[in-house]
Formats: sequence, C-alpha cells, structure tokens
Amino acid sequence: MTRRAKAGGASGTVPLPLSNYDKARARWRAEVQAGLGGKANPKNRSGIEVKPIYTPEDHAADRYMEALGFPGQLPMTRGIYASMHRGRTWTQRQLIGLGVPEDYNARLKAILAHGGTAVSLIPCNSVYRGYDADEMPVEILGTCGVTVNSVEDMEICLDGIPIGEISTALNDPSPFTLLALELAVARRRGIPWTQISGTSNQSDYLSHFVANHMFFRLALPGARRVQLDHIAFARRHVPQWNPLSIVGQHMQQAGATPAEAMGLTLSSAIQYANDCLARGWDPDQFLPRFTFFFDISMSFFEEVAKFRAGRRIWADLTRNRFGARDAKSWRFKFHGQTSGVDLTREQPLNNIPRVAVQAMAGIFGGLQSLHTDSYDEVLSVPTEKAARIAIATQNILKEEAHLTDVIDPLGGSYYVEALTDQMEAKIREVIARIDAAGGMYAAVEAGLPQQICGESALAFQERIDAGTQTVVGVNRYRLPAAEEMARQALKPPPRRTIEAQIKRLKRFKAGRDRAQVEGALDALARAAESKTENVYERLVEAACAGVTHGEICAKLRQVYGFGRPLIVA
Amino acid sequence: MSPRNDVHPPKVLITKIGLDGHDRGSRVVAAFLRDAGMEVLYTPPWQEITQVIRLAEEEDVDVIGISSLATDHRLVPKLMQALRKAGMADVPVIIGGIVPDEDEKKLKKAGVRLVFHPGASREEIVSGVAALAAEARAAKAKEVLA
Repeated sequence: MTRRAKAGGASGTVPLPLSNYDKARARWRAEVQAGLGGKANPKNRSGIEVKPIYTPEDHAADRYMEALGFPGQLPMTRGIYASMHRGRTWTQRQLIGLGVPEDYNARLKAILAHGGTAVSLIPCNSVYRGYDADEMPVEILGTCGVTVNSVEDMEICLDGIPIGEISTALNDPSPFTLLALELAVARRRGIPWTQISGTSNQSDYLSHFVANHMFFRLALPGARRVQLDHIAFARRHVPQWNPLSIVGQHMQQAGATPAEAMGLTLSSAIQYANDCLARGWDPDQFLPRFTFFFDISMSFFEEVAKFRAGRRIWADLTRNRFGARDAKSWRFKFHGQTSGVDLTREQPLNNIPRVAVQAMAGIFGGLQSLHTDSYDEVLSVPTEKAARIAIATQNILKEEAHLTDVIDPLGGSYYVEALTDQMEAKIREVIARIDAAGGMYAAVEAGLPQQICGESALAFQERIDAGTQTVVGVNRYRLPAAEEMARQALKPPPRRTIEAQIKRLKRFKAGRDRAQVEGALDALARAAESKTENVYERLVEAACAGVTHGEICAKLRQVYGFGRPLIVA
Repeated sequence: MSPRNDVHPPKVLITKIGLDGHDRGSRVVAAFLRDAGMEVLYTPPWQEITQVIRLAEEEDVDVIGISSLATDHRLVPKLMQALRKAGMADVPVIIGGIVPDEDEKKLKKAGVRLVFHPGASREEIVSGVAALAAEARAAKAKEVLA
C-alpha cells in the first residue's frame, strides 16, 4: 500500500511506498522525546532551527528535477559542470605574500613544488592602502604581504614562473595596479596578454567598504568607474582574465552569518551586473567572467547548503533578472577560503582538524578553487611548516579520502536538501532587503550591510560567551596555561632586507625617464577626468612606462578623492 | 573643565593605528565596554599616532585600546614613546588582537598594560579595562589634590 505524505515545499504530496510510516514515526517521536527530554532544537548560525531528523516529509523525491537536476544543468544545485570534481578537481590556490619580492618568489616556488597549482599574491598592507614602500613606516612593511610597487618588483616576484601557462590570482583591489604590473612583466617577456589567465581577487570594492578591510584608496564613485573600465579592458585585451571576484568572505569574517554573507554577496553581484548593463553591455559577454569568493566556516552542513543554494539563486538571477541565455553566464564559479575567525590561539594544532572540516564543506559545496588556512594564522602570518600542512590537508582530502569520486555526494540527503531550501529562502530575504534599500551601492553608502555584519558578530560572540556555541580550548576543554604549546610565530623580515628594498625602489624611480613618467601620469589623470576614456588602459600603459603603484594611486586619489570608512559601531 | 570623578563612567578610546582595517574585534570590544556602562570613543581604522594622542588628551580618556590584526601592534612602541613625550605616560594602553608571544613581551616592556588575544572573554576584557580605568582615575585624582 502506498500513502501520500505531505511534502516540504510547494509541490504538494508525494507517494511514499511505506505502509507503516505513520506508526513508525509516532513510535520514533515518543522515543526521541523521552531521550532528548524536551530540549529545544538548536539553531544554526543563520538562525535556522535544526530538527533531530529529516525525512521525505522535508524533501520529496518528486521535486528532483525542479530542485536538483543534473550537474551543469539548471537549476545548477548539484554543480556548475557536468563532471565536477570527478572530471577536474579544484585549483589549490594558497594565498601567499611576505617580505620582499625575493622572499615571495622563494615561497611561491616551494608551494608550487608541494602541490600548489596556481599563483596567488598578497601584497603588503601598504600596497592595499595605496602607497609605495618608501612612503611607509618600516616596522610594518612586508609583515603581511609582499612589498611590490614597480614592474621591477613584479619581475622578481614572478621570476621563473611561466605566467603564460599558470593562472594567477592577485589580491588586487581597485585600481588593480598589480594586474597592470603583471601585464608589464608579460610585455617585457614577450608573452601575449591573451595568454595571461587568472583573477583580480578583491576587486569587489563594495565588500571592502562593508567589512572595513584595508582597501580604502578611492572614494566609492571612483572605485566604481575604475572597476567598470577594468572589466572593459580585460574583455578586450586579456580575455582569459576574470576581472571581477565578488567577495562574501570579508563580510562573513566581519560577522555576517553564512546566509547574510551569501545574500549580501549576491546583492553586490546584482549591483555590478546592473552597472555593466547600464553601459549597454550584453549580459552573456560579461557574466561568464564573474567569479565569487567565500568564507567556509565550521558550520559544516550549513556551509554546504549555503553554496548549493547560492548556485541555484545565481542561475535564476542571471537568467531571469538579467536575461542571460548562455549557460556559461549561469555558472556560479567560486573560490573558498577556510575561516580564520573560527581558528583558535589556544591549542593551535586543533586548527588542523578545523581546517579539514571547513575544507570538506567547501568541497561538498562544489567549489572551483580552495585556500586552506594554516593552523598558525591566528598567531601570525603563516610559517612555512604550517603552510605545508595546509596544502597537505588538501592533498589528503583530494587523493586519499576519495571525496571527489561522486559528484555532489550529499545531494539527496533529506537534511541537506531541506536546509538548502531554507538557506535559499533566508538568502533571498537578504537580497530583497538590499533591493528595497536601492541596491548594494546605496545600501553600503547608508551603512546597512555594515550594520548587519556588526550585529551578527556581536550575537555570535555572545553565543560563545554564553557557552551555547562551543569552541574547543576556548570556552570548553581549556588547558592550564603551562600546558599550552609554545607558539611559534613567523619572524618579520629583517630590517635590513626592507631597507634594501626601499633603496632599490628609490634607485628604480631615479633611473626612469622623468618626462615619460610624467606624461603617463598626465594621461592617466586626463582619462580619469574624462567621461569616456578607459582609465584602466592608461593605468596599464603607466605601469609599463615604469610608473609605480603609489604614484598611480596618488594621481587617482587627486581626481576621485580618498575613500573614507563609514563606521556603524 | 573640572576633572571628572568616579560618578562618570570610565572613558575608553578604541582605535586602530597603522595600515590594516579589519575591525570586527574592535567593534565587538567597543560594544562589550558600552554594555558594561563605559563611555567608548570609537574611531575608524588607520589613525595616525599623533591623532590618537590628540584625541586621548582632548577627550581625557582613562584607557587607550589599540586593536591590531595584521602586525600594526609593531607600531605601538612608537605610540608609547609619543605618549611619554606628551606627558601622558600615565594613560594605560591596552592591545587586542593577533600578537605573537614574543612581541607581547616586548610590548609589555615598552609599557603596554594588557594584551587580549583571540578567545579572550567578555568578562576578562571588561574587568581588565575597568580595573585599569579605576587605577588611572585614582592617579589623576591624586594629581589634582597635589
């Protein structure tokens, strides 16, 4: 006998070939109530109540084509490519950057030798702030990223690296000087720009304003203009380059819940797509080059559901909101980074399993590229030993644990499917809230996303303080201070190394053709002041002419003004 | 302006110097202190040391709190020097954030009173700041009497 149980969602009822379902459920309910003693259901980080069990009542099999489908096909829940990780695993992209260009180059070569498959470059915070090394206090130079200011510096960073063959991810916020420097290096080496592939990470200027990271160089209108010109330039001259990486990672690290972070990120993507459409571009020309970058927290199933839901929403938005017809436009390509905020200073080796769990959530979520944090990132910039373990973690998950044998292996789990639906609803609520505020640009100007992140950060901290969220070694299972292991921190680069770098930069600046440098900067300023010229094209020419990062940023700040943070505290 | 007395809640400056802008920690700590009844003066990141000194002096704060995620704590010895030069050596300075053990020793030697690491609880932070503020108040009261 078959009975029809009420299914979750709008699809109505589903035949259940289970003759004793009601009876079994009643017995289980009685037993579980006795066992749990009326304890309330926990809530996940996004505020969704989690039940003790999920059944066909929560996700009905007859919704398969509507809710899941096949990988590479709508609604894209199961993955953006037909063969997903079975065909091609993710790119192992470890963020690196420290010291001077020679230090960076040595670390990069070591990482590639240990299984890294792509280049990433984190510049020094002075670069993020828009200055050259010779304008900054020497104590903090090269402590969090590499000091790279000129084409000469970039040449050393990428020495011996086949940039025409391997993809590069540059942590390169507006005005994207690092890509300009890489293109200048390519030109010197005779590599056509059409062979250069990779991503401008951190190109999402809105997320920087939200999370108050170190990226305030240009005021919002200037950042908006340069970003669009950079997209136009990449389309024309560097077609394998992804000029836009939309970042949820900052907002989640700043406190947004997983659902909020996904919702705000998709709202940023909507803003950028609308800005591109306003320039009269065809959605199928720019959307295939949109990429995303997310945080992966310890909340394992919630993260898997977040990614599956995000993928489904993006496919819907690109088709139905922007009218994209090319399947490439519907693909939600994303890089994941394990969560630094979830790591602990106490018993730091515990961070190794934490990172492994987070990485697994990202893998089951269907990511295209992954950075695993080093266990010591909460102590200092990663040491080499810790960075090696982080890569080994990826190798173990990829090659020992057989996680990639089956596509979307958690798909079809009643829990994961129900949670994916619930996360989708939560995420859509956030998008609706931002739409109602006039879109992400206006919402950021008004401080709304900043407020969301701040409130959720505080709420999460309160859960830790109250003990409702366990953090091993912090609010439970603490060790006496004497038993804590010694915490090795990475030594900052020696002062003389930094001083030599500054000297080299000064020498480089002095050795240039002054008239050529001034001419390039004037052309940059003229383009920035004009309504129609492509600013980024002039910026790349300037980098090729030896103009430095700090000089470019100074010129653009003159025209556009400095970005000021909006603090909602 | 008359010197404040114990009737006024402790007044704490929470700020960031240097190059980094990660401010989750400083915002959460500011909220903790406010919830505990303290008056919190909160600035955006990227303050110059001279700005911090000016603000601390003009606002007559009891404690200066510096938040650092990405090695900006390495500038704090410069801040301590500048405070001494400004005759404000008695304003206690605390740091919260990612500070390696070895650096913590150096910072304490330079006069930093407390360093809070990731994982520090609300209670630890509030009681630590309250004690330092009370101490600073007492020292100020003595000065006024003398």
